[in-house]
Amino acid sequence: MSKRRIFCLAAAASAIALAAAACGAPDDEGEDRGAVPDDATDCANYEQYGDLEGETVSILGSIRDTEADEMVEAWSYFESCTGATIDYEGSGEFESDMKVRVDGGNAPDIALFPQPGLMANFAADLKPASDEVSKLATEGWTEDWLNYGTIDGTLYAAPNSSNAKSFIWYSPSFFSDNGYEVPTTWDELIELSDTIAADGVMPWCVGFESGGATGWPGTDWIEDIVLREGTDLYDQWVNHEIPFNDPQIVAAIDKAGTILTNEEYIYNGTDTISSTAFQEAAYPILDGGCAMHRQASFYGAMWPADTNVAEDGDVFAFRFPESNEGDNTMLVGGEFVAAFDDSESTEMVRQFLASELYHNARLQTGPWSTARQGVDPANATTPINQFATEILTDPAVTVRFDGSDLMPGEVGASSFWTGMVQWVDGDKTSQQMADDIEASWP
Amino acid sequence: MSTDMQTPVQGRPIAESRGDRIRRVLSSRFASIFALVIAVLWTIPTAGLFISSLRPEDDIRASGWWTVFTDPSFTLDTYNYVLYSDSQGGGLIRNLVNTIVITIPGVLVPVAFAAMAAYALSWIDFKGRNLLYIAIFALQVVPLQMALIPLLSFFSQGLHIGDLAIMPAWNLSGVNTIVQVWIAHSIFGLPLAIFLLHNFMRELPSDVMEAARIDGASHSQIFRKVVLPLVTPAIASIAIFQFLWVWNDFLVGRTFGGGEATRPLTAVLGDMAGTWGFGWTRLPAAAFIAIIVPLVVFLLLQRYFVRGLLAGSVKG
Repeated sequence: MSKRRIFCLAAAASAIALAAAACGAPDDEGEDRGAVPDDATDCANYEQYGDLEGETVSILGSIRDTEADEMVEAWSYFESCTGATIDYEGSGEFESDMKVRVDGGNAPDIALFPQPGLMANFAADLKPASDEVSKLATEGWTEDWLNYGTIDGTLYAAPNSSNAKSFIWYSPSFFSDNGYEVPTTWDELIELSDTIAADGVMPWCVGFESGGATGWPGTDWIEDIVLREGTDLYDQWVNHEIPFNDPQIVAAIDKAGTILTNEEYIYNGTDTISSTAFQEAAYPILDGGCAMHRQASFYGAMWPADTNVAEDGDVFAFRFPESNEGDNTMLVGGEFVAAFDDSESTEMVRQFLASELYHNARLQTGPWSTARQGVDPANATTPINQFATEILTDPAVTVRFDGSDLMPGEVGASSFWTGMVQWVDGDKTSQQMADDIEASWP
Repeated sequence: MSTDMQTPVQGRPIAESRGDRIRRVLSSRFASIFALVIAVLWTIPTAGLFISSLRPEDDIRASGWWTVFTDPSFTLDTYNYVLYSDSQGGGLIRNLVNTIVITIPGVLVPVAFAAMAAYALSWIDFKGRNLLYIAIFALQVVPLQMALIPLLSFFSQGLHIGDLAIMPAWNLSGVNTIVQVWIAHSIFGLPLAIFLLHNFMRELPSDVMEAARIDGASHSQIFRKVVLPLVTPAIASIAIFQFLWVWNDFLVGRTFGGGEATRPLTAVLGDMAGTWGFGWTRLPAAAFIAIIVPLVVFLLLQRYFVRGLLAGSVKG
């Protein structure tokens, strides 16, 4: 390499460095952060965890970006009061990372499993919940929840966050201006859709596109409907006690089809569903393009920055209507806190993560919802998360975990997704789709 | 009959050799235009990426990069956020440093070892030399992915036969795990580097070696004073290949590294969009930061590339 070239290289490098340095650090954007919770900052509340000076606990999870920052902030007081360090790593390839690390003997101390089914695969390496953690879990969560943290009769994990999935987003002002009522039954929902369509507005916005996971928003639709046909049917379906192509399931898919494959209902037409990004699918609600969008409570964070997400604001959500009289169900998602290590420090972090203290603090550090009994939903930073937390902590609500996260990966993270896409695209009938998914069940 | 066979075929100019003909065809106006079209087509995605990286977030969400020509609006905010934000979805500057720290030993170590091994395998006579060479060469057939879990468990649990510990567990954590990444990159890079360098060194005339030996040079002197200067272009090209491989690596850095402290650029790039993929508008800027260094290296050193591609594989 000649002198001139070395000079070029050095010049290029320093130019980049200069340009970079000139920008400086960006302002901290803390608009959604709530006030620092008083209880959580008082070290007296952490005395029970003892002195963990110099200990490090590693946590691996699928939570990334802003949500991860807010979570880290919620346990930062635990760190400063006990002296422990929590080393959090968020991974977009959680499933494969977990497998490689556990097989290679390099498992994290604690893993936040977004799928109970995946957690069960690692049961042999997991440490069961201690008596103390079990006690916190039993007082903190309903039996529906604990069932998902239990493998073969042993409790392994308490939940971390919880999302309410059976939500339909709408514009409260659009509804009140036109005299529409929030529907409470499926028949009312269809009736309302017909009325809105007759008034010249498309009732539904739907988008299934999500990169490599395209189709998953569709699986939530089917789960919501099957769950409302009956919780027993739902449990049998996700546990594969009845085949995926059982007539009742096919009927439920057809029921979803009265909306999803109805050209009169879908904004921009059904053929755009699979190519519309789910993150932005509901935006037309804001300018009156469509009226409703089914998506979980976390969608509250995806609206454009200046949207007022509140019951009297631009957009809000109502609960997915029940099909049977007297039912009170909610489809949920969330993570489970499982441990691969039984040291004192890991145990203390587990106890802390299952405590009311942490859940109240986390509610206040950013948009989040939880099913932990005893938290104050008013701590939630946004109205939608307060609404979700109220429902999730209500013991009267029957809770079922997202079915595609409970099914084997070959189905729940593969053929169910692609099946949904082929079905809304019109490439397959509901029967063909269900048959194909059944055939892919391992 | 026999005289007919010997006469040259009519119509083809005798003066033009095959090489000349190829050269003439490839440098014709038509071929140049064709090459230009291909170059433009291949550059469009990168250009689009670059333009996107400079657009405000809302614009990226709302419209394609080509609308910039009718409605230009540029900002460096995305770069600023991606590089310097202290949140989980930014702060690439830390990972840029990590990648550099991983890459430099990840290139120097295997290249140095490969050069010495290649010399030994080509110019030092010892028993089983060819067998050893074939064994190393054969290692290229083993996919890296197959070695991931065994190697990881070697680091984290040591090596045991029954109860006999042959190698204790390393028990590295945090930033120290970068050693594992260096070793893994060296191991995975060595077979190909040895193979290419060996073939290149074999081609050196044996007269040079013999002359040096008659003058009383030892193997280490021959290696340093005779062979190394002669194979510099080959070493440079292998170093470039290894550099690109290590820089762009995702799997090794992610598997053997110890979390946040050692995560390379590529691993963060994959997670940058956030839990729900909502932050994808940061990806163009982040991707551009990731490609700029290899791009500069490639443009400055591209002549070594071509030489390196030919080195060892083609005689003459």
